[in-house]
Amino acid sequence: MTEQVPEQAPPAQPRIGVDEWVASAEERRARSLGGRVEDALDRVPPVLRLAALALPFAVYPLLVDSDYLMQVGIDTLVFVLLVLGLNIAAGWVGLLDLGFVAFFGLGAYLYAAVASEYAGRYWEAQWAIPAIAVATAIAGFLLGLPSRRLVGDYLAIVTLFFLQLWLVVMVNATFTRGPNGISDILPLKFFGRQVTSLDGNYYVAFFAFVLVISVLYLVNRSRTGRAWRALREDELAAELMTMPVSRLKLMAFAFGAGVAGIAGAIFAPAQGAVFPLNFDIVLLITVYAMMVLGGAGSLLGVTVGAVIIVASLEALRGPEDASSLFYLAVVLAIVFLARPWWRALAVLGGTVVFGLVVHEAAEQWRPSLVDGVPFGQARIDELVDSWVLLPVDIVTPDGLPAGAFGRIAYLVFIASVLALTLVSSRWRTIGLVPVLYFAACVWENLLLAQPAVARFVLMGALLVGLMAYRPQGLLGKPRVEIA
Amino acid sequence: MDWEKLVQLTVNGLTLGGVYALVALGFSMVYGILKLLNLAHGDVMMVGAFIGWGVLGWLGGVQDPRVAVWLLIVFMILVAMVGCGFLGVAVERFAYRPLRRAPRIAPLISALGVSFFIQNSVLLLWGANFRSYESFDLVDVEVGIHWGPLNVWILRVVVICSALAMMAGLWILVTRTKLGKAMRATAFDREAAAMMGIDVDRVIVKTFFIGSALAGAAGVLAGLVFGSINHFMGFGYGLKGFTAAVVGGIGSIPGAMFGGLFIGLAEAFSVGYIEDVTGWVSNRTGGVFPRLGSQFSDLVVFAILIAFMLLRPQGIFGKPEVKKV
Repeated sequence: MTEQVPEQAPPAQPRIGVDEWVASAEERRARSLGGRVEDALDRVPPVLRLAALALPFAVYPLLVDSDYLMQVGIDTLVFVLLVLGLNIAAGWVGLLDLGFVAFFGLGAYLYAAVASEYAGRYWEAQWAIPAIAVATAIAGFLLGLPSRRLVGDYLAIVTLFFLQLWLVVMVNATFTRGPNGISDILPLKFFGRQVTSLDGNYYVAFFAFVLVISVLYLVNRSRTGRAWRALREDELAAELMTMPVSRLKLMAFAFGAGVAGIAGAIFAPAQGAVFPLNFDIVLLITVYAMMVLGGAGSLLGVTVGAVIIVASLEALRGPEDASSLFYLAVVLAIVFLARPWWRALAVLGGTVVFGLVVHEAAEQWRPSLVDGVPFGQARIDELVDSWVLLPVDIVTPDGLPAGAFGRIAYLVFIASVLALTLVSSRWRTIGLVPVLYFAACVWENLLLAQPAVARFVLMGALLVGLMAYRPQGLLGKPRVEIA
Repeated sequence: MDWEKLVQLTVNGLTLGGVYALVALGFSMVYGILKLLNLAHGDVMMVGAFIGWGVLGWLGGVQDPRVAVWLLIVFMILVAMVGCGFLGVAVERFAYRPLRRAPRIAPLISALGVSFFIQNSVLLLWGANFRSYESFDLVDVEVGIHWGPLNVWILRVVVICSALAMMAGLWILVTRTKLGKAMRATAFDREAAAMMGIDVDRVIVKTFFIGSALAGAAGVLAGLVFGSINHFMGFGYGLKGFTAAVVGGIGSIPGAMFGGLFIGLAEAFSVGYIEDVTGWVSNRTGGVFPRLGSQFSDLVVFAILIAFMLLRPQGIFGKPEVKKV
């Protein structure tokens, strides 16, 4: 009788398509907190997940009571639709489509063409919106035609040129009233009933959002969705696997453009007017920032990204909320990024002490360095007034012209932030203290004076920083690079 | 035939082309070495224009310059070149180098961010107003070459000549010096170059410095000859410069020079003649085809780009790229 062989686990065999590196990456992910949360989320049925995502949007109108916040809500949903559309080509397929917002504009203008006093037509929205979606999808298909053979960078520049072309034509063309835009757009009308209230428009956008995200979820799970992602990972390999590369790219362009068209057709009646410069490169970069921040390729991620960016842009619009948001963001960033926790505490405490010392020294040496009046009226600005350097803005002690302190501080600040990324982690912790203090000075002296511009500066920096340190965004899955 | 108009447009086209060519060179060099489309290049050029403007103000302005005019111009160009060179190096170091091994879309998005950041920083620091070089006060319009139908303002001559001189200098640098050899080797095969003992990172940094310095010079020249600058100017020049680089064959230096002049001439002629031509077509077709004003001249440049992208993506001077597995 042969001896009973003790039962033992079969030797760890690499699974097919998973080499050692990938396996170890997956193992690390399975052990980390974020990975476990993700896996738990994956087990929740998709309908529940969708409901959980849609619920905050659904109850939003019940929670807010100002027209302004309702307007922001509509904008948010329009942006979410836009970024969902962009995510198809840029997130799933990895095509850098820089002409994307032109389709948004096209959708808005098409709505103006079928429902405005200027056009003399008034289509009902249940026909108009699908028709516009189809029309913009066809336009996306046509833009895709010359682009399907171009790789990465060429595609980016050709699509960017298309956007430029769209702007040139729309600004100069007479039949769309050029830069004056079309301003007598009629509200959405479903089966004879006009949607004029903000709540009504909001729920139309909400319905479109639920519909689009559900469809996209299914598409992503489908054969086409898998093929798209395969295309992003390696176009050549995908082609060798007999995937119809050109057709898949065209589908992605058309699909994305169609979603952008729906967004445009909801945006135009909600605004009541369209102008060609609504759809310029600033919008393009905003939508890209949303996608990248949330995590390109993840439906939940891009939605969250859009909400965060819209909320931040709105908060940074005026100097009242801007300051609180800024300081909050800085503190949160330090708390989450600096590890271990006492290091974060040391940096924050050090910054406060450092500021008090510098402020006191400056007051002794040249009182005019701290005699300025803060731009912000928020409580926090009064608080930091006794902490940051705020020169009287007429003339600084060295006879520099007005505002020069802020400008020079800005340039030095950028240089010191860049320098911080180069030094070792110990010096980075130490260096962070004066740099944070400097950030507060620049914020109070320069950025707060023009919050509308400052938010775009921050958005540009966000894109660069995200790409360098967290290309997968907040909620995206990190990519496994196989060299 | 209106000869005077033709000559004038040719001169305009060459001036514009010189600027485009300088921008295209930077694009082309960087693309050649890193296979990276530096979308922020146009904005580096815009910063150059602002540096030149700052130097002009610092040296007493147009009304009361502290040095001779030619020296002033040389000084503006040099400071802008150095400033932009360092800006370009910083952009490479902080925005592109961390992404060398990242998927291709990542550095492009980063470049978009850099472009947006630079643009809005300039807007933040100097405001949205157009700034004027007031070059008509600097050099009188009457000074220049007058010969038959040829009437050229001296500053235009300066722009064309200095653009040509810089291109010639670059050509010598790339073909005759050790650095040029290293650059060509890196562009050909980065890994092999590294194995041959070439410090690839240094070569890339120097490439960015040179390319951005040329863009800075282009910014000052554009400011001098077209008068006004603003924070958004880089976008248009960047697009045209890229088109020029593609037309000439991206990665090729003579290609960028030729492409720049070609796009410049094409734009100048389309500004001059698009109204006549489309008017004629419009009359012939009974108004089906609209008559387009000169503001539509970008359409022509765009059509050239598309035609080249589709029919000859390697450009005039480039070699076709073979897809390697």
